[in-house]
Amino acid sequence: MTIKSDKVVYNHILVRYGELSTKGKNKKDFISRLLHNVKNALREFPALTYEKTHDRLYIMLNGEDAHKVSDLLAKVFGISSFSFAIKVPSDMEEIRSMALKVAKNSDALTFKIVSRRSFKQFPLISDEINRAVAADILRQTELKVDVHDPQLRIQIEVHQFDTYIMINTIPGAGGYPVGVGGKALVMLSGGIDSPVASYLTMKRGVAIECIHYASPPYTSKRAQEKVLQLAAKVAGYQGHIRVHIVPFTELQLAIYKHCDESYAITIMRRMMYRIAQRVCERQNCLAIVNGESIGQVASQTLESMQTINQVVQIPVIRPVVTMDKLEIIDLAKHIDTYDISIQPFEDCCTIFTPKNPVTKPTLKKAEKLESFFDFEPLVEACVEQIETINVYPGTKFSIEENADLF
Amino acid sequence: MVYLDYAATTPLNDEVLNAYTKLLKQYYGNSDSLHALGREAAKLMETAREQISDLLSVRKEEVLFTSCASEANNLALKGYAFHYQKRGKHLITTAVEHSSVLHTMEQLEKQFGFEVSYLPVNEQGKVELESLKQALRKDTILVSCMLVNNESGAINDISVLADYVHAFSRAAFHMDGVQGLGKVELPLDAVDMATFSAHKIYGLKGSGLLIKKQHVELLPLISAGQQEQGLRGGTSNSPVNTVFAKTLRLALEKQAEHTAYVKGLNDYLREELAKLDHIIINSDPSGSPYILNFSCLKIGSEIMLNALDERGFCVSAQSTCASHTKAHSYVLSAMGLGEVRATHAVRVSLSHLTKQSELTSFIEALKEIIHDYQIR
Repeated sequence: MTIKSDKVVYNHILVRYGELSTKGKNKKDFISRLLHNVKNALREFPALTYEKTHDRLYIMLNGEDAHKVSDLLAKVFGISSFSFAIKVPSDMEEIRSMALKVAKNSDALTFKIVSRRSFKQFPLISDEINRAVAADILRQTELKVDVHDPQLRIQIEVHQFDTYIMINTIPGAGGYPVGVGGKALVMLSGGIDSPVASYLTMKRGVAIECIHYASPPYTSKRAQEKVLQLAAKVAGYQGHIRVHIVPFTELQLAIYKHCDESYAITIMRRMMYRIAQRVCERQNCLAIVNGESIGQVASQTLESMQTINQVVQIPVIRPVVTMDKLEIIDLAKHIDTYDISIQPFEDCCTIFTPKNPVTKPTLKKAEKLESFFDFEPLVEACVEQIETINVYPGTKFSIEENADLF
Repeated sequence: MVYLDYAATTPLNDEVLNAYTKLLKQYYGNSDSLHALGREAAKLMETAREQISDLLSVRKEEVLFTSCASEANNLALKGYAFHYQKRGKHLITTAVEHSSVLHTMEQLEKQFGFEVSYLPVNEQGKVELESLKQALRKDTILVSCMLVNNESGAINDISVLADYVHAFSRAAFHMDGVQGLGKVELPLDAVDMATFSAHKIYGLKGSGLLIKKQHVELLPLISAGQQEQGLRGGTSNSPVNTVFAKTLRLALEKQAEHTAYVKGLNDYLREELAKLDHIIINSDPSGSPYILNFSCLKIGSEIMLNALDERGFCVSAQSTCASHTKAHSYVLSAMGLGEVRATHAVRVSLSHLTKQSELTSFIEALKEIIHDYQIR
């Protein structure tokens, strides 16, 4: 049923692919990855069925709520835009009556008809379709034509058998389908920057896993839960995220015992990178990603980055490196992680903050300080004792055993 | 005993009771404590908040827990009026609101120097847009109107009223939705604040909600800790708040089914009452099927209630929260139904738990009472 008591009910969503239209022979992989991701994001709607073509993806709603589906669809990367659509047979009478119904259902004052024919044997050319449909609307409603800035834009796409009638184009998340660009490991701290870095990485089609350094009892369980909440938020963009929790206390205490206080943060970051690289190797991640931004704190000056970066060979990607704090905050609000990030819990970087951290550490001094103590067994222990947690979008932590309460 | 007073309160759902018992016994931690027990309680309460926000299609931060709907109404009206009083000191409400709105307005008027306009209602018990248009002024800061009237069952066109207010003034719109929750569609998109209560939908007493859209700021009435974004201090009643989510889910899941059933009961009752002499139905058929108000012109409310009570029927004459005053329905008066109907009113409120046989025996009892005790 498309029509209930003269109300328009959308039975399709038409999805337009993003940048991948430019990607030559990889296109096939991109499209099937996108379809896989879309299905994954919409798995709570079992009634949906899908049809992919070379330039469009059609989602048949089969009675599911179009708006609920659209909320989730808007988070899938690789989509430039999508529209709610009504499918009618490619017959001029049907097209005209449905377009008229759509116009009557709207409270706009001006409109424009935009037709396209992919089926060139259709008896009318696009402009003739426009005129025929618009004539009906002009005659039977109060709407006026405005081709420059219409309040209601009715798009008509004529294919061989079916025609799609659409209004309002909803922008998609853009970017590439997550997974086409391999996998990276994000250092997720619980702050504002690293979730944004995760988002930007996924947007370029790179799937992520996360690594988090916990130093109980200096850091609390709540801090760890916060990190998992953040992971659950950004998991919406790729379906599911693996979070590796590193027990960091022993190593951190050793650093503070054996190294100069001003270099503590530098050495600590070097240890974190070492651990991250080993996890990358184990998990087939091709890069380390973090939320560092130049000059934000002592360990994020170029000199610090240079000294710290020396310990790893794989690329370290810093998506927010040149962004202002306010730009990062805007993005954090956009992806809805800001309110979680600003909950005030100690993380392992804020607890042992030295009074005067060095802003221009040298490699020579860092290496010398590290040579006073054999950190290797502790680093290896960290990697071995990692606890891995699977986080899904909207994961309600430890609610499962209490399902009867809700 | 035949209970026909579900608009006053409802019996507790067993599933809700079980969940509540478990919460009380296992999750007694203070939801603001940092230890495991406190964290558990907080997590459950926040999950509940999220579920409620999903069910009502609002944001999580827009759900505030209160101790009852009256508190929520007070927080909405006073909290808003105090915060925005520099913008203007004019408030609008209707003549037929619940006492928690009317008395709050009265207090704002008498003690705090606000000016309040009370909108009239038509014979169906509904507020007309025209009267709102006339009352709305440049210095109006808040309009409060109930969704479903608790005595007549009349349903207001909240979207129409609120859209007008937003289009032609800077005022905010508050909706008392207590009698509408789980019964009629909630126009939450259109309003800035809304009030709900758990015990009207088979949940716990002492449990209310204020939905406050993010752009609205309030002055807290209970100044204390960080709970509820600092807008409602005091240790969170986390077991009660948590179980609201389940109460709401159960009510909304069955809303369509229950409403259709109750509509049948309502039709039956109307038909039977129409056959009796001296009885006039006060509730318009367009209203909520859950409430049916009628007047027996020969027997005053109080006598009727006593007589019904003796025979084991629980009904009300007017709003339960004003039942200790003289039996005179200000709602029916405002509807212009006259002194006699206002003082002779009986409110029957129905539920999916009501059986048709109960209504049949209720009609029989009415017949007996009218026969035995009619005065005029």
